Amino acid sequence: MKDPVARPGGATAAVGMAPLDPNEKLDVEALLRDLEDYRPRRKGWHWREQVPDQKLHKFTYKETSKGLERSIPLPAAHYFGDIDPQPDCVVTTEIASGRFEDDIRRMRMAAWHGADHMMVIRTAGQSHMDGLLEGTPEGVGGIAVTRKQVRATRKALDLIEDEVGRPINFHSYVSGVAGPEMAVMFAEEGVNGAHQDPQYNVLYRNINMYRSFVDAAVAKHVMASVRMAQIDGAHNANATAVEAWNVMPELLVQHAINCRYSVSVGMPADDICLSTVPPDAAPAPCMRMDLPYAVALRDLFGDYKMRAQENTRYMEADGRDATVSHVMNLMISRLTSADIQSTITPDEGRNVPWHYNNVAAVNTAKQSLVGMDGLREMVKLDREAPELRDKVREIKERAVLFLEAMLKDGGYFAAVEQAYFVDSGIYPETHDDGIARKSDGGVAVGTIVPRADDYLAPVCHHFGENHLPEGYDAEGGPAAGEAARGLHKPCDLIGGCTLCDADRVPFIDELDPEDNVGVRLAQTAELREKHLIKPEVEWAADGWVVVTLFLPAAPRVAEFAALEFGKAMNLHDCEVVNKQVMHPAEGTLIEMKGRLDVVVDPARLVIPPEPVVMKDAEIKEFVTAHKLKCVAATVGEDEHSVGMREIIDIKHGGLEKWGFSCEYLGTSVPVEKVLDAAIEHAAQIVLISTIITHGDMHRNNMEKLADLAVEKGVRDKLILISGGTQVTDELARGWGMDAGFGRGTKGINVASFVVETLRERGV
Amino acid sequence: MAREDTYLQVRGHLARLTDEQLEARFWELAQQVVDPMVELARTHTSPSIERSVLMRMGVDSPTCMAVVGECEKRGLLGHGCGHVVWYYAQQTGQAAPEAARKLAAGEGWDVVEAKWGGAR
Repeated sequence: MKDPVARPGGATAAVGMAPLDPNEKLDVEALLRDLEDYRPRRKGWHWREQVPDQKLHKFTYKETSKGLERSIPLPAAHYFGDIDPQPDCVVTTEIASGRFEDDIRRMRMAAWHGADHMMVIRTAGQSHMDGLLEGTPEGVGGIAVTRKQVRATRKALDLIEDEVGRPINFHSYVSGVAGPEMAVMFAEEGVNGAHQDPQYNVLYRNINMYRSFVDAAVAKHVMASVRMAQIDGAHNANATAVEAWNVMPELLVQHAINCRYSVSVGMPADDICLSTVPPDAAPAPCMRMDLPYAVALRDLFGDYKMRAQENTRYMEADGRDATVSHVMNLMISRLTSADIQSTITPDEGRNVPWHYNNVAAVNTAKQSLVGMDGLREMVKLDREAPELRDKVREIKERAVLFLEAMLKDGGYFAAVEQAYFVDSGIYPETHDDGIARKSDGGVAVGTIVPRADDYLAPVCHHFGENHLPEGYDAEGGPAAGEAARGLHKPCDLIGGCTLCDADRVPFIDELDPEDNVGVRLAQTAELREKHLIKPEVEWAADGWVVVTLFLPAAPRVAEFAALEFGKAMNLHDCEVVNKQVMHPAEGTLIEMKGRLDVVVDPARLVIPPEPVVMKDAEIKEFVTAHKLKCVAATVGEDEHSVGMREIIDIKHGGLEKWGFSCEYLGTSVPVEKVLDAAIEHAAQIVLISTIITHGDMHRNNMEKLADLAVEKGVRDKLILISGGTQVTDELARGWGMDAGFGRGTKGINVASFVVETLRERGV
Repeated sequence: MAREDTYLQVRGHLARLTDEQLEARFWELAQQVVDPMVELARTHTSPSIERSVLMRMGVDSPTCMAVVGECEKRGLLGHGCGHVVWYYAQQTGQAAPEAARKLAAGEGWDVVEAKWGGAR
């Protein structure tokens, strides 16, 4: 099957796969079948469809986009009609587990929470490989980006985007030594966005500078032919510099070099995104330091797109700390602008991101962006405030001075040799700690050659000199402009190229018989076949769990004590991933990970049916019609009253809300008195609360209440209910009650039960 | 070499520019920085660029690697590896991917040599 299958509504399904069922897991084995026949159904980037003044529930939103068909809203959404407003900007999640077959499951989870940009990190070392990898080898800190992995992931994303109802952008890296090849493979496979910045190769990967820029021109030109979005690498400077806040002028220069270089080799400004990060974090007064930079950047780069990234430079192992930093970063996005809002998982300071932390980061962005929706209509930056105005101007001037000096000193390559970049001084100040690279050094040095007078490339969208025969347009291909009308395209020489005809793309399955997805899936096949459950955070069945312990001990003692607790909990490979001193002597908070080698078979679980909850109107009508009354008390020698108040008070959404008439007798009430009151008030319902369990007091009270009701001949007329933190429905029924309610019970649960029971009794 | 912050001493010529003029200068300088690099890229090629050409001709990655590696050894990169494969394919009446496979297996280099000369 080569053609995509038509689906109702005009969308097309991925080759050979049924649409995803929200109640079924993604079938990875099925996804991997017939990959050679898969063709991407669209190319290029997708921006969200803006909906001005969008009305959802009782609100009007100023900065939101078209909603999703299926999603999981923010936790508080149930108070607001279960709406899930989607911010105006694309939301990114970065995934880096090393196994794409597990990453795609995570992508599905992230998409349901609102991510529409899946950024796949590459395995360590791939940027230094002069050529492409094939197959599905396992990666470290990312995946080996190969055609098969890319194709399988894009195919999965086709299914996922149909499930959630919004196109999803797939993204990886066109950097490193093999940039042009990576760009061609991505263009062929429908990858929607990529990092491409030759400066990144030079500064952080020590790839020869000439090679990096020569390759980048071809790579960018190919990316442009399919309108792939490009993200630059400038943000790495403030992730690297010793004092990140001082690299602001240089960041403007790095962005400008990549932007102008990209435009000069044929990339539309619309597709060029600046990777920008607020450089600072608290306890620095970070927002006041970062805002002038954010403003200067947006002033200068108004023709380009902003991909707002979150700060990682000052990220520690504490997820709360990271999340607060990110929220402040998001506020800068809202006070200025962001076209793509990237997210960093709150656990990135401690390990490779885990499934649920991708979701957490996406939700942090969604919650903050939606919460600050339209804020700029009331809160504006004061561009005339002296500090902001002067700082913005100063950063721009410093950047201009940087460019002037570069040109005077011989241009970009000479400036890199002289360690202009990633210096922690604020230019023109230098601390002499920048990164210096030699023009005659680095990986792949000496590998560029001049194009000869007869240089020819018989393919479309090739940048640079190309001596094609008379009557040929050098650009050619699907994206060639008006100028190509009536002319041959370059690939007519060979009967077509892969950018014009997807069927010419060769597909290699696997090259390594040991290191591939089939072998990995076989290791967990039994769990899938038998539907067994094992905890995981990165890979299927990895067994990792985290336990949080407060230990009344000094930090170092607490850390080693925690490892002992880990052993006692039957955890393996325990490691403390975060510790926070509460007080040097009084105690330490420990978060510890460990592996739990246990599986649970859900078929053997005894899961009580979920309590049925009725609609408000239905309960109200019944309660009013039958004038339902209850008497309530905390029984025995027990002074707890909060729980019972929660169940009956109208203020807490208790029984009074639906019109129950409630007689609350107080605390430490003898059981006899409760029953007498019920008879006196002709109540249908008796509620007793029993928190204290010493000497089986809760059991005794329940049994006594049931026995007394029988003795007095009113058992059949009453519904006897007990509640308390240690009470379960099973225990309570065993001790003569009609029901028991434990921790977490709401008035609605009790009300529903009462109405249901009375109906069963024929009332 | 470390240098004190001389910003206030050296900014004199920028101080009189309006914001618009300052921004225009920024972009003018940025363009001056990239121009020679764009020219370098326009007139040069590399092994990865040539492999990307062969890929677009429908050649699989291991074959691209072998053909470009051999072209590099023979000093043919500057003519374009796609050019080499296309020429050989034309001379022998084969499709480009098939011609590349032959070259990768060591066949046909005599045809290439006849046009561009022998290995360096």
